[in-house]
Amino acid sequence: MTSALSFAVDIGWGTTLAIKTLVILMIVPATALILGYTFLLKMMSHMQSRLGPMDPGGFHGWFQLVGDGMKFMQKEDIMPAEADRRVFAMAPMVVVVSTFLIFLVIPAGPDIVVKNLNVGVFYALAVSSLSVIGVLMAGWASANKFSLLGALRAAAQLIAYELPLLLAIVGVVIQASTMNLQGIVGAQSAGSIFGFDGLGNPYILTQFVGFALFMVAAQAELTQTPFDMPVAESELVAGYMVEYSGFRFLFFFIGEFGTAFAFAAIAATIFLGGWALPASWGLSVGLMRFVGPAVLFAKIMFVAFLMFWVRFTYPRLREDQLQALAWKVLIPIGLLNIVATAVLKVAM
Amino acid sequence: MSTTNPPLPEFDIDPRAFRTLADAQMGVELDTGDMILNLGPQHPATHGTLRLVVRLDGERVIAADPVIGYMHRGYEKLVEFRTYPQITTLINRIDWLSSFANEVPFIDAAEKLMGVEAPPRAQYIRTILTELSRISTFVLFLGEMGLQVGALTPAFYGFRDREHVVNLIEAVTGGRFHPNFNRVGGLKDDLPWGWVNETRTVLKKIYDACDTFEDLVAGNEIFHARTKGVGIIPPEIGAAYGVSGSNLRASGVDWDLRRDGAPYLVYPDLDFKVWTHPDGDSFARYWVRLQETRESCRMVLQLLDALPSGPIMAKVPRIIKVPEGEVWTEVENPLGQMGYYVFSKGATGPFRVKIRSASFSNVSILPWLLRGVFVPDVITILASLYFILGDIDR
Repeated sequence: MTSALSFAVDIGWGTTLAIKTLVILMIVPATALILGYTFLLKMMSHMQSRLGPMDPGGFHGWFQLVGDGMKFMQKEDIMPAEADRRVFAMAPMVVVVSTFLIFLVIPAGPDIVVKNLNVGVFYALAVSSLSVIGVLMAGWASANKFSLLGALRAAAQLIAYELPLLLAIVGVVIQASTMNLQGIVGAQSAGSIFGFDGLGNPYILTQFVGFALFMVAAQAELTQTPFDMPVAESELVAGYMVEYSGFRFLFFFIGEFGTAFAFAAIAATIFLGGWALPASWGLSVGLMRFVGPAVLFAKIMFVAFLMFWVRFTYPRLREDQLQALAWKVLIPIGLLNIVATAVLKVAM
Repeated sequence: MSTTNPPLPEFDIDPRAFRTLADAQMGVELDTGDMILNLGPQHPATHGTLRLVVRLDGERVIAADPVIGYMHRGYEKLVEFRTYPQITTLINRIDWLSSFANEVPFIDAAEKLMGVEAPPRAQYIRTILTELSRISTFVLFLGEMGLQVGALTPAFYGFRDREHVVNLIEAVTGGRFHPNFNRVGGLKDDLPWGWVNETRTVLKKIYDACDTFEDLVAGNEIFHARTKGVGIIPPEIGAAYGVSGSNLRASGVDWDLRRDGAPYLVYPDLDFKVWTHPDGDSFARYWVRLQETRESCRMVLQLLDALPSGPIMAKVPRIIKVPEGEVWTEVENPLGQMGYYVFSKGATGPFRVKIRSASFSNVSILPWLLRGVFVPDVITILASLYFILGDIDR
């Protein structure tokens, strides 16, 4: 502990656990709000020439989000008479819990991580697909045909796009020789491009196919616009969310945007170098504890910007076209990418 | 208890019948049952209160049945109790997106019965406003179609750009949606000062908007995937169902009442092209409307250049009484062919009016068109047919 900026104090595992839990509980709504404000309110309104979200509160419509939150709190909690009450009430929580679980393994600094798992990447993807259970529960328990159609679409879609998502990441795992997210960050930070180590070696340069696949598949996993058939507002009204109101709907909203943030964080971590700056810049570990989260946040916002840009621009594919895209295009490309990466890894 | 089945009765039967029977049995056992889905009367894609009862097998539509009448206001009956000048305020609520265009054929019918002709300036202004309402309807469609296939952004562009045109209509008539501006024998007012130049500026904006829509929506690969080959109306089927307007022209039928019908307003003097598309699918309908928006802009520019001066009202009596007789007028409205059959018995109001509105016939093809498509295609087809509920139910 030579650096003046490091203050490692032993506070015992109980307190650590409490702090970690609190941080994770805070982070999901906070990130959802950040994305909701930046992209949903500001960027989307700007792209669509909408003046409404610029008005409330005076300066740049800062009050809009508060107002939206208050609106959700005031709304009546409606449950359909035919609904399976317990399942109906649990579904939004399942969705949000899956979002919480992803954040457990994402590192934001040299030691800022809740659980440094050895299989971090696959853990993150595995828990992210838990949300489909919540979606199915919501769709089935609502006792509504639109909800049911939406939930079944979501299930089919999430299963189909889980594969390209994994295949996109396998290339990175082969290249980094580890599934640990901290290990992947370290490998990128310490790497070099043909001997030039000024930028490290962010895997987006070598795994650009994987990055493209990951972004497409993540968009589908998040049910964002080119692939938003489960919520398709012009067809299924709001899909599996159609019967939810007030706070329960807010939970889905938080889950959606929190997961978008989490996926952007995974992409930023495994393709853009995560919290780390290139090792050759020689920043101390103590300094990175403070700079790291900011660096990660900047990268996440960049990835999220790409996601939302696509979301607000494109029309929606049809369900059969979506499946065809996954099985006929993305998965073969993903497999080829793995083969190419493996061959190059052995050869070089 | 006997373990053997009772013997089959002796009769001659074709063995193939048993096979069919067995198949039917299997069909019953493996059948998961169809789902009947009510799209509407409150559904965002039906923009209004159209109810579509759809029988689904998974996501595939087996049968679709439009149920109309949720918005029936009984205009054909109501007009029997009103005078001719009062009626325009009702009929401009039929197709509320292009209300001005609704008034024209009715006033035309009344004028024909009375033997009055509106002065040329009034005719020109009527034509300009009709074309402007066509532009406002189509610009909204160009954005709305994007929304229905899942792109949120074009819808806002559609509303934004339509606003310019609606403002123009408001500047002349005082009403954004329901102008009620036509009088038997002419118009209520002349154009306001500076309006002609303002219109030229707005038309430039609409031109730009059309380019935007061509890039953003019509040029998008996903939009192509969603609309090309979806909801194909063959020309003869379309004509048999009474589909008209851009929907029929998108099937390759070169038929436009502005050019081919009985001459009305100043359309015979105008130089314009009737756009058609050979495919007849949803994309063709979008494309045809896109081109027609531009064509309408060109027409308005021609009209503004040739706008004559003079009075805007012909000499008509203070109390309008229409002599006995009957007349049928039909015009090319934004949504298609619109006609009025007016029967007069010489009173201040008509004895009977039959309104032929375009959307009613345009949606009558839905049961034929929706068979075997997917649920998302239902929405694409509904959006591309472009109906207004008021125009269906009247």
